[in-house]
Amino acid sequence: MQCNICKTRTATVHLTEIIDGQRTESHLCQSCAQKEGITIKSQLSLNELLGSLIAAHQQPDEQGRGEAEKSCPVCGMTMEIFRKQALLGCPKDYEIFERNLQVIIEKAHDGNLTHKGKIPGGISTSTNSVESQTASSSDTTKDKKEIKTENEMDSTHSASSGQAGSPRVKELEKQLEQAVRNEDYELAAKLRDQLKAMQ
Amino acid sequence: MRLNELSSRLSQWFCSESPLSDIVISSRIRLARNLAGHKFISRCDDREKQEILQTLKDAILSLDLLGDIFFVDIAGGSGLERDLLIERQLISRNLAAGKGPRGVVIATNELFAAQINEEDHLRLAVFAAGLNLDKCWQRINDIDDAIGRKIEYAFSPKLGFLTACPTNLGSGIRVSVMVHLPGLKMTDQLKKLFEAAKDMNLAIRGLFGEGTEAVGDFFQISNQVTLGISEEKTVEDFMTLIIPKIVEYERLARDRLMVKDANILDDKISRALALLKSARLISSHEAMFLLSNLRMGVNMGRIKEISIDTINELFLLTQPAHLQINKGQNLDPEQRDILRAETLRAKLN
Repeated sequence: MQCNICKTRTATVHLTEIIDGQRTESHLCQSCAQKEGITIKSQLSLNELLGSLIAAHQQPDEQGRGEAEKSCPVCGMTMEIFRKQALLGCPKDYEIFERNLQVIIEKAHDGNLTHKGKIPGGISTSTNSVESQTASSSDTTKDKKEIKTENEMDSTHSASSGQAGSPRVKELEKQLEQAVRNEDYELAAKLRDQLKAMQ
Repeated sequence: MRLNELSSRLSQWFCSESPLSDIVISSRIRLARNLAGHKFISRCDDREKQEILQTLKDAILSLDLLGDIFFVDIAGGSGLERDLLIERQLISRNLAAGKGPRGVVIATNELFAAQINEEDHLRLAVFAAGLNLDKCWQRINDIDDAIGRKIEYAFSPKLGFLTACPTNLGSGIRVSVMVHLPGLKMTDQLKKLFEAAKDMNLAIRGLFGEGTEAVGDFFQISNQVTLGISEEKTVEDFMTLIIPKIVEYERLARDRLMVKDANILDDKISRALALLKSARLISSHEAMFLLSNLRMGVNMGRIKEISIDTINELFLLTQPAHLQINKGQNLDPEQRDILRAETLRAKLN
């Protein structure tokens, strides 16, 4: 691909800008890119990249904005108090403020949204069937279903759901991570676009 | 009081006969847990905190698998006792500075501690000397199962163990390894390590120092992601990937120093020993710094007449609360500096 500006050298800098939802792509050579004032970080911070992706996925929706007005009937917690002290008031808060917390949880846990590991009673969710779990949460049935669906998706690799945290999104994020590590920014950009399209 | 017995001896997790102990000082795994049907600590009044404390204390003290254990009431204890437990890594500053009913159950061998009413209702911790996370995990997993049979934990199948701060959600596991990295410090490579750690979602903080400042080049490396990764995977990453790599870099740095800067290295080590052997007044900051250099010298075979156990012991004995409890009285900073210098001279000469 030729440089958009000098039209002679090969484009090695691929820039995608999204401003107000309008997307523009430029393909520049190293020297034109420098003239344009585009600095190229030799090491992109993976966390920053994924962090911004996740943030783009998770703009609070109407339900999320509604939550912000609520207070927990058990402990009186509100999102405003939580933002100040960074500590929740009771286990119920995870249900009451589910949408708002999801953004924070994803950021804190590298994009993960579903528990893997032991459950009370000492059985690991990664090695045992969901049916054998003995959980103590009040909404066990609903949550069980969700985990099962994900497990099924994992085993067939046929999912195309665009939900953040879904196997397909995770797989793409993993590929993106690898592409960035390999400094294959062209592939990274493609993967990022695919992820964007799945929003 | 059992605490006096602790203050005069070496913690078992500070023992030199353990895997990679020249660089890896100790391993720790902690699990964050909360009781179902109770508010988290920040929204609890003292009555509810007392109820939680009693429930968890009874459950833990009644377990058979813990061996010889005892309970320390943190709300009722003295500031000096709290400081002693912080210096021995058995409680956090957070628990010491907290409000209302709270406490800790400690194993007499100091390889287990259960803090009650810290940020979460229960913070279980298991310690081991050297790089020994497999053992820590097996142990804490058994203890956690046993407690989980007596009480009901706040848990959701989707989000895992529910914690007061969403950053601990899921497995609630924090794997921490304490490492001594004077070689990387001397060869100016710590920054690279910090950057790599950030990319791998690891937290590194200085030990013994305030905040992130590391006194004596001791660092604690911990995982940050607790949701979506099983406990076994987290432990495995530390055992097979993260820590061996750091140890390898530190060894390379030390080898390079021996080849390129042997004189500078020996000067540093000899000065440290000379000062520690003859100072009459020494602050805990300076003592820590010099002991760190001495430890490196002994581990690199530059000094033969002093054992690592002696140095490890001095790291604990020269800290403020240890000095005062072993002396049996409160001391002002200057008196502590005198006693610290005396303790060092007595052990090293």
